[in-house]
Amino acid sequence: MMAKLLLKNRELLLLAAIAVLVALIALRFPAFVTVANLAGVYNDTSILVILALGQMAVILTRCIDLSMAANLALCGMVAAMLNAAFPGLPIPLIILAAMALGALLGTINGALVWKLDIPPIVVTLGTLTIYRGLIFLLTDGKWINAHEMSDAFKALPRLELAGTPVLSWLSLLMIALMVLVMGRTPLGRAFYAVGGNPHAAVYTGIDVGRTRFFAYCLSGTLAGLSGYLWVSRYAVAYVDIAAGFELDIIAACVIGGISIAGGIGSVPGAVLGALFLGVIKNALPVINISPFAQMAISGTVIIIAVAVNARAERRKGRVILKKAEAV
Amino acid sequence: MADAQISPRNIPDRLEGRGVRLLKSWEALLVVVAAAIFLGNSLASPYFLDPWNLSDATFNFTEKAMIAFAMALVIISGEIDLSVASIIAFASTAMGYAVQLGFDTPALVAIGLGVGLLCGTVNGLLITGLGLPSIVVTIGTMSLFRGLSFIVLGDQAFTGYPESFAWFGQGYVWWVFSFEFALFLLLAVIYGVLLHKTNFGRAVYAIGNNQTAALFSGVRVARVKFTLFLLTGLMAGLASICLTSRLGSTRPSIALGWELEIVTMVVLGGVNILGGSGTIPGVVLAALIMGMVTFGFGLLNVPGIVMSIFIGLLLISVIALPILWQRARRRLAH
Repeated sequence: MMAKLLLKNRELLLLAAIAVLVALIALRFPAFVTVANLAGVYNDTSILVILALGQMAVILTRCIDLSMAANLALCGMVAAMLNAAFPGLPIPLIILAAMALGALLGTINGALVWKLDIPPIVVTLGTLTIYRGLIFLLTDGKWINAHEMSDAFKALPRLELAGTPVLSWLSLLMIALMVLVMGRTPLGRAFYAVGGNPHAAVYTGIDVGRTRFFAYCLSGTLAGLSGYLWVSRYAVAYVDIAAGFELDIIAACVIGGISIAGGIGSVPGAVLGALFLGVIKNALPVINISPFAQMAISGTVIIIAVAVNARAERRKGRVILKKAEAV
Repeated sequence: MADAQISPRNIPDRLEGRGVRLLKSWEALLVVVAAAIFLGNSLASPYFLDPWNLSDATFNFTEKAMIAFAMALVIISGEIDLSVASIIAFASTAMGYAVQLGFDTPALVAIGLGVGLLCGTVNGLLITGLGLPSIVVTIGTMSLFRGLSFIVLGDQAFTGYPESFAWFGQGYVWWVFSFEFALFLLLAVIYGVLLHKTNFGRAVYAIGNNQTAALFSGVRVARVKFTLFLLTGLMAGLASICLTSRLGSTRPSIALGWELEIVTMVVLGGVNILGGSGTIPGVVLAALIMGMVTFGFGLLNVPGIVMSIFIGLLLISVIALPILWQRARRRLAH
């Protein structure tokens, strides 16, 4: 009974997998499972969680956003430059600017997908290199280091409210917002409808292209926010920050059971997928495995996750008219 | 990933003549672009038209193009292989390891090709055997293969390749024609014949257009796809031999990000990313264009990352412009 429930519900399955993983680590290193350390692991994964939420919305509509990490890097760099040029500028304003820029970059992706019907993978492959290249044009390859950033700029993500850093609170806030958007707004339902069956979505009056456009706006905005968080947390900004991170984001979604074919996935899934990667990343140094092994491990995890999810997705034909069949 | 286009309802009674179709083709557009870039480059820099300089320029694209040929077939069949650059790294790491054990050139070549085939087999089994989506599987194996190189090498590098091994990446067949360029031409012919003149090639198109219909008309879909992933693996192994030989060393970050450049090359060559159409001559032209752009910018001291902006813009605009052009024409016709 229990096992059946577990196999049916991919979020529970993933939660169980994370629990087993943490328990295995705890057997050798009990210190890993202290509340403080687990909170630290969550805090460390917060940015990935936020990004995975945006990517989830895009993947649900049968698209993909490969440009998220480049978007993050560009917005983070602009935030850092704003701060370095105008140290007096209030931090919330900088965050808003980063989010607005991220939204704009997402809008470009969305408009190309919506208005020109270019396949999403091609669009974001192109903008990925363009956005990253723009950072170089903007900075000439120079770094912005910790001493050029104001203290308030660097302090915000670390600031503790009720014993938890703002970074964690922000990601929790985004999770709550996304649960509302996905479950309680027409837009959220449209994401599922468009991904589940685009033709049926058209007949129910949903504009498929427009829905995809908004999914890209959402992922862009979240990438912009993450840009500020990344740069202020690590207190450095340069051209190559978060290079290759787009694949980690997609990996988190895939592990979280979000179907790359669209229409299937949930907010808890995306969050758990990100946390799974976060636990692995934080556990490796503890159990004394070289950090170089992380890449191979996450690759293996992606393959296992997609194999497990594909089995769950393989739906059998459904009986629609039970009554008629009974007769 | 996106939906299939609506099929045209107005089928003409007669197709346009061969010549007219050729003039209107994507390849014709690419020839014009290539000619323009060639002309622009020779005007912008006096060093461009030197035969040895041009010969050096070919190294920019030959290794990527080898993989792009196989990738074109994979994409035409409606799949994608993002793990190719990681296969290069893994094969290179295996060869470097073999050097430390004292193996010589023939063994190294066999190991490079063998590892490529092995990686292709892993991809092929996961995709056709388990029926998993290729984009996710190859994102996974992309991490896995490069990750294995990182486990073996960490922040170290393998060097000390035998002198005879250097020929693959640095040797010349005749005058200014390098071994790599000759290999590129040979592979272009082989893949051109394979895709355009054999039953296998027709099957690839059939699968890309309608996999179910292909299956019902007797095409062994799984076997064809498996072969295609073997081919990309093998080509990545071959490219790994050339690249390792040219650089003379192996780091785990070798060929980082190449998968995106290779996909760009294939799409620029007119292959539909959704599958079903594309030609090898188109890919050859796209390879030449990308190589010339990179080299021309290099002569003008433009940094690599600015070139990548240009490549990104090129990728989006070559796809967007025909769409915009068609729309404008339709509007004028009404």
